[in-house]
Amino acid sequence: MAKKLAIIASKGTLDGAYPPFLLASTAAALGFEAKIFFTFYGLQLLKKDLSLKVSPLGNPAMPMPVPVPSIVQIIPGLEAFATWMMQRKLKKKGVASVAELRDICLESDVELIACQMTVDLFDFKNTDFIDGISHGGAATFLEFASEADITLYI
Amino acid sequence: MSDFDTEIDTSGLNCPLPVLKARKMLNEMTSAQRLRLICTDSGALKDIPAFCKMTGNPLISSDEIDGKLYFIIEKGA
Repeated sequence: MAKKLAIIASKGTLDGAYPPFLLASTAAALGFEAKIFFTFYGLQLLKKDLSLKVSPLGNPAMPMPVPVPSIVQIIPGLEAFATWMMQRKLKKKGVASVAELRDICLESDVELIACQMTVDLFDFKNTDFIDGISHGGAATFLEFASEADITLYI
Repeated sequence: MSDFDTEIDTSGLNCPLPVLKARKMLNEMTSAQRLRLICTDSGALKDIPAFCKMTGNPLISSDEIDGKLYFIIEKGA
């Protein structure tokens, strides 16, 4: 029987988008049955319009070309600059884009589940999300996770 | 280096793209056909053998020539 991977994706930043989509697409390539449950800010990863950002603010481990003190990081435009810089670096190093990995997940039958409670909480519309996803709650995730070989909270 | 039927060059691409591209190509191949996979991602040195082991597609050979990795993967039954 196929191995199973269950992931909870709770982050909606550019850097936070990589682990769930990257691991699930690779798991599918290895013959796993994989499901990702998107909750809270993780729901941003299911939006048709993926405008994910990365911020150095509150993230002292983020490598910067020059040291930028926290007080300076609140300047408007710094987050956009950091995002642009990260995207340029990802492309230059031959790393797949988030959209590309998400497409591979869909093509390889990774089930993408939107947490219904947080969809309602944030008043998101189903039309905001890509096609081919499903909806579910805590019991939906736990049922699958109870049989999973690997379970991750990201 | 062994013979092969199909080739993919993933030079310049990083993890997990070599594995994902190998998977896609193997899906289109028939049993016992051989794929030559070229990688520059140094992580592939461990990732490709792990992929082969988990998917039952035997890794026939792996060679490193001028900083590039050359894998020959046989499509399993």
